[in-house]
Amino acid sequence: MQPHSSKRKPYQRELPVDWWLKHAFYTKYMIREGTSIAITIYSCILAWGLLRLSQGEQAWQGWLEALQHPIAILFHVLALGLALYHTITWFDLAPKAADIWLKGKKLEDKVIVMAHYVGFALATIAALIIITY
Amino acid sequence: MTNSTIDIDILRYRPEQDNAPFVQTYRIPYDEEMSMLEALQYIKDEVDGTLSFRWSCRMAICGSCGMMIDGVPKLGCKAFLRDYYPNKIKLEPLANFPIERDLVVVMDDFITKLESIKPYIIPAEEKSLEQGEYIQTPEQMAKYKQFSMCINCGLCYAACPQYALNTEFTGPAALALLARYNRDSRDAGSAERMAIVNAEEGVWGCTFVGYCSKVCPKGVDPAAAIQLFKVESAKDYLIGMFKPE
Repeated sequence: MQPHSSKRKPYQRELPVDWWLKHAFYTKYMIREGTSIAITIYSCILAWGLLRLSQGEQAWQGWLEALQHPIAILFHVLALGLALYHTITWFDLAPKAADIWLKGKKLEDKVIVMAHYVGFALATIAALIIITY
Repeated sequence: MTNSTIDIDILRYRPEQDNAPFVQTYRIPYDEEMSMLEALQYIKDEVDGTLSFRWSCRMAICGSCGMMIDGVPKLGCKAFLRDYYPNKIKLEPLANFPIERDLVVVMDDFITKLESIKPYIIPAEEKSLEQGEYIQTPEQMAKYKQFSMCINCGLCYAACPQYALNTEFTGPAALALLARYNRDSRDAGSAERMAIVNAEEGVWGCTFVGYCSKVCPKGVDPAAAIQLFKVESAKDYLIGMFKPE
């Protein structure tokens, strides 16, 4: 018999592959991170359009027509929805990454969130003005 | 409400006789005043004396009775049967830690991490006792106070999928504790601790899931501490590019 025999036998549990489906908090987090896939595809389509624009009018028209395909429209609606989801969830988290102190008091979370929405609205209006005129 | 009962499933593991954990169901009298910890004490006293769990203060300050209650990391003393009744409750040892026995987990890694971040004030200049205390204003204290409320219960590690995937990650509580000292006006150890922050297993191991802050029973916000450190770490990196030491 060994002088210091121990009955210890710590049990290591395995992390199930579907751990992120076990709790709504994790699922929402995975969707938030997953939005990047749609945004990447959207950016590629946009970059492709720029390339077609540089190749002359016909190429550009072809790209515009391709965008009117039902699948293209469906994808863009989906991408918009996911981008908005990412925006809203990110704005909710933004106060955690900001540490602003005014007159010895920490700036309230809702002020930081509101500032983000104001910035979002202003940027949208500016973009719409540039596109329209 | 008299004579009603409640069923509690407990994940049990007895290292000397079991090769893997198994679920055992206990039926106990229901009392709406009863906490999960009291339910466990009832089981140990009246039903099954072999059940093991950690506890001490019964008032959410010792940080001993952390466990998974229906899959959510909570303190047993701060969760009540009435919030689950009449449903069955499932109790498991804290996730992401090895199981020592029943609801007791091995926390060595967690403790090592807490110790690794130099959790003490490193003054710019050592003062002798005669020179008096290190003075601080309430405003200076406010900058770190919430990060000092941690009771080392480990719930945030059980909530962190990044720690689950890779235990090298320094983790929420240790990084929040690091913030507690770096934000303290009496401390001058920030530069030393930034090496821990900047490391791959430091703040960059975090992907901002944010569940750590949600489950903290003391209102500490480790997710905020870590995101703020990411800003600091990025600044550190940029400055380092132009001004190598």
